[in-house]
Amino acid sequence: MDSGASSPDILVDISDLHFHRGGRPIFRGVDVRIPKGTVTAIMGPSGTGKTTLLRLIGGQLRPHRGVVRFAGQDVHALGHGALYRLRRSMGMLFQTGALFTHLSVFENVAFPLREHTQLPEPLLRDLVLMKLEAVGLRGARDMMPGELSGGMGRRVALARAIALDPDMIMYDEPFTGQDPISMGALVKLIRTLNDALGLTSVIVSHDVAETARIADLIYVISDGRVVDSGTPQALMESKSEWVRQFMHGLPDGPVPFHYPGPELVSDLLERR
Amino acid sequence: MLGLLARLGATTISSFQRLGRGTFFLARVLTGLHSLLPRPGLVIAQVYSIGVLSLVIIVVSGIFVGAVLALQGYNTLVNFGAEDALGVLVALSLLRELGPVVTALLFAGRAGSALTAEIGLMKTTEQLSGMEMMAVDPLRRVIAPRLLAGFVSMPLLAAMFSFLGIMGAYVVGVGALGLDGGAYWSQMQDAVDFRDDVMNGVIKSLVFGFVASWIAVFEGYDCVPTSEGVSSATTRTVVHTSLAVLGLDFVLTAVMFG
Repeated sequence: MDSGASSPDILVDISDLHFHRGGRPIFRGVDVRIPKGTVTAIMGPSGTGKTTLLRLIGGQLRPHRGVVRFAGQDVHALGHGALYRLRRSMGMLFQTGALFTHLSVFENVAFPLREHTQLPEPLLRDLVLMKLEAVGLRGARDMMPGELSGGMGRRVALARAIALDPDMIMYDEPFTGQDPISMGALVKLIRTLNDALGLTSVIVSHDVAETARIADLIYVISDGRVVDSGTPQALMESKSEWVRQFMHGLPDGPVPFHYPGPELVSDLLERR
Repeated sequence: MLGLLARLGATTISSFQRLGRGTFFLARVLTGLHSLLPRPGLVIAQVYSIGVLSLVIIVVSGIFVGAVLALQGYNTLVNFGAEDALGVLVALSLLRELGPVVTALLFAGRAGSALTAEIGLMKTTEQLSGMEMMAVDPLRRVIAPRLLAGFVSMPLLAAMFSFLGIMGAYVVGVGALGLDGGAYWSQMQDAVDFRDDVMNGVIKSLVFGFVASWIAVFEGYDCVPTSEGVSSATTRTVVHTSLAVLGLDFVLTAVMFG
């Protein structure tokens, strides 16, 4: 097993990552280092492969070149059994929540515990209720996923993600489609859980304001490469015009408002 | 013409790729089957979902197929004064052919399509990915119990179908058409061989159960994760299973009775 050469303070070390899908390059030499105990955000425009990066970290996809190390272990050099053991140290919150629709809220959170432990039922019940209490949904334990709002669904998924007390949680677009109250609750939860449980959090998002509020470190990815990285404050004042346009949400700049095309006048005057 | 050839080539390559993926998928599922040994409850729950919930359509179809066989068979046999052989005709038709084949076709429509849609939707809503990230292998937790349950359920359903078909034919032949009940059963007992007729039918239904379940779970697992993708996969399950069952039935019949 590869013990790697990462610093002990680095939980995830991605180096020279190349990945393409159907001939289209997604990553062309990405280097990302995620320090332990931090909330690190991976940001970038839609379609830049942020979710793909999480799947590469989790070993669900294989890179075409480069190495992804988690806690010093080369994720893609592990066999089936070792990879599944490693995943017990990771939690992932999917954009859709990915709750099991045929199980109640309680059973969804109990699922990983039932699969990986032989805990007696009273202890398992207490653990599940504690996880649900942490996300404020102990009272919703008997509800079915179909009865939950989008925000509640993600909080249940979060309770499930922390059920096995992982070292790291990956959040895939946690704020998309949330109302302001749910958004506020999620932002607070991510930061609080990270600090209270001693986790490392990786957030993939393009919601700049919310992410910048809680992130310690931000990587901005575009066109298959890391364009810039640093603290939220540093990126807000980045020398790169593109990064400033992205971080401040400006409609025009290096990324033009208009998609390239012929002149408007010539288009309008064109006769069929 | 060139375009047609290109499309034909592309379709052929794609079919072989799919077959390769399906075989690789099956190998991965079969190597994980041992993980079900300590958890028989997972398979039993699926036997209920796949087998028990299919009983209504099997029971109704079995009775009516038997009843129709009796009507049609009687009308032909009576011309030769051989109407007492109705029981033999019905039993051999059901045990050798109709039981396994019709059950498999009904299974594809009722349980196979449901399996594909369920697994496809789990994939579309990232439930399978979620399971992987919870360090639970979906091939072992979701796919293997369903494959095994389909394999176990099919011969039981086919046996039920054949039994009810024979009873349906008895009601029509003896009850409505006035045949002698003793002749119906005794001729059947004389003509039906346990190994040649009953066991060959069971072997057929085991093969059909395995193939139908494999196609159903593979199509769900391999589908494009969109609503259209799930819909196409469900259709493919019914079509491919039906064609596979009919083709395999010919091969098995040729080997067993040819």
